[in-house]
Amino acid sequence: MEEVVLRPARPAVRQRPAWRLSVAVALASVLCWFVLPDQLALLTRIAAMALLVLSLDLVVGYAGLATLGQAAMFGVGAYAAGIVALRWSADPLVGLLCCALAGGAMAGLSGLFLLRYQGFTFLMLTIAVAQIVQSLASKLRDWTGGDDGLSGYLLSPLLGRFEFDLEGRTQYAYVCAVLVILLYVLRRLMNSPFGLSVQGIHQSRARMSALGTAIVPQLWRMYTLAGAVAGMAGALTAQTALVVGLDSLGFNLSAEAIVMLVLGGAGRLTGALIGTAVFMVLHHTASSINPYHWLFVIGGLLMVVVLMPKVSWRALPRPVLRKLGLHAAEPANKKEVLA
Amino acid sequence: MTTGHEALTVQGLDKRFGGLHVTRGVDVQLRAGERLALIGPNGAGKTTLVNLMSGVLKPSGGSILLAGVDVTQRSQAQRVRQGLSRTYQITTLAMRLTVLQQVEMALHQREGLASRLWRAADGYGALRDEAWELLDSLGLAAVALRTPAALAYGEQRLVEIALALALRPRVLLLDEPMAGVPQSEGATVLAALQRLPADLAVLLIEHDMDLVFRYAQRIVVLAEGAVLASGTPDEIRRDEQVRSVYLGH
Repeated sequence: MEEVVLRPARPAVRQRPAWRLSVAVALASVLCWFVLPDQLALLTRIAAMALLVLSLDLVVGYAGLATLGQAAMFGVGAYAAGIVALRWSADPLVGLLCCALAGGAMAGLSGLFLLRYQGFTFLMLTIAVAQIVQSLASKLRDWTGGDDGLSGYLLSPLLGRFEFDLEGRTQYAYVCAVLVILLYVLRRLMNSPFGLSVQGIHQSRARMSALGTAIVPQLWRMYTLAGAVAGMAGALTAQTALVVGLDSLGFNLSAEAIVMLVLGGAGRLTGALIGTAVFMVLHHTASSINPYHWLFVIGGLLMVVVLMPKVSWRALPRPVLRKLGLHAAEPANKKEVLA
Repeated sequence: MTTGHEALTVQGLDKRFGGLHVTRGVDVQLRAGERLALIGPNGAGKTTLVNLMSGVLKPSGGSILLAGVDVTQRSQAQRVRQGLSRTYQITTLAMRLTVLQQVEMALHQREGLASRLWRAADGYGALRDEAWELLDSLGLAAVALRTPAALAYGEQRLVEIALALALRPRVLLLDEPMAGVPQSEGATVLAALQRLPADLAVLLIEHDMDLVFRYAQRIVVLAEGAVLASGTPDEIRRDEQVRSVYLGH
């Protein structure tokens, strides 16, 4: 008689499709266009800021590098957008591409030095780098406008056709389109072997070293990619506001971005989006009610989020999870008989 | 079990931390397919020796050869690529990735795919099949979709071994695979160790003497950073110096 080998069935588990989040954000953007036509300027700022927080999520949430200097890449991108528009090309897409390169180059160059350190030292050095860049921007008045900021640049129509209008509709569509595309790219990135490897480094450097991973080069790639995304966030902000100030390189911006990330939950792209939206809507609403004490609301909310016991969607009943398509495949208990 | 050419050779290895001399001129030879155990009292320098062999620490003197190639100055990553794999005394798994994802991650690393940016990590069908085969072979298929936090400690140790094996090493350094494993799960880990590929050279550090004497073909005893004795389990059992170090008489 043939020997019968019992093996558990292998469930077909796949990662969630990368386009799902992008489609959801695209639909939400279209909905907002019709439902909140008077708030397009705020929504545009939220979408651009969400990109900065997403870039921070790559560094902090996925790679586990605590930084307070992400504004350096954002600011470099913002200034690059203004300078490119003033001196070279008013095409917004050319500007966006240049800013991605500028943000990536800034992160790549500083990362060569910064990533030799970890923990508190790394954190302090990221602040130092951002302060140096801010100081340089203040000194290079001919290029940056110094303390007065950089302004006076205009952009040509998007794709040669869509003028940047006073109502901010083109700006909104432009920023949302970039956000949707980048969300798809970032989801693919985080689902890739590279994304998995970076998450592995965050969770256990010793294990990844034992697997033969070159830790620092891998982190450097992620830091540089995140810098490029932050650079694009800066570009979108500069292109839609048509002014760049020294505050775009400031410590406050980096700290606010961290608060947004913590609010939404680090280590997942949706968290960065939710955190940014919640923070900016609250900021907008609370500061219009009381311009002096709005930080109380943000501080209180942050304490609630940090101190509240973690509630996972997995705690929902299984039928509800199935309906929402969130039911994770479990290994089958049944034994499959393979001859 | 037959043993072949030398897979790992350690010659006159020395390590000092300032004034502390923790490894003193250690010589160890490990042949392909051999099961060698490294034992010694606490503080004898066993884990330091494994850290030196695997490239976590740089030696102060001596040399390490992998299949005849001097790797003394090479990084841990380079040694892994040359066929040296290890587990840790304390579990070092990524606690929020599933077991299957971690094994796939090791396979990506082995195949040089770890920097691929676009294709989904679970889109490499052959590697996924290999991951399942490996987990099957260690009895871990049923927990493949769980994170290590949801596993028994013995299972976590097996996942560590699975990750090391996924790299298809020629030399495997096991740093106390039984440490912290409850007695009820010990047999499973031992069974997995006994099923390791026959051509794999295994160096085992372990405090469980029962396991060591059942598993090892040869034993090296370390005391105060130096080799005290080396031989077959029977020779070691009869060695007066070893008895004096372990039993104090």
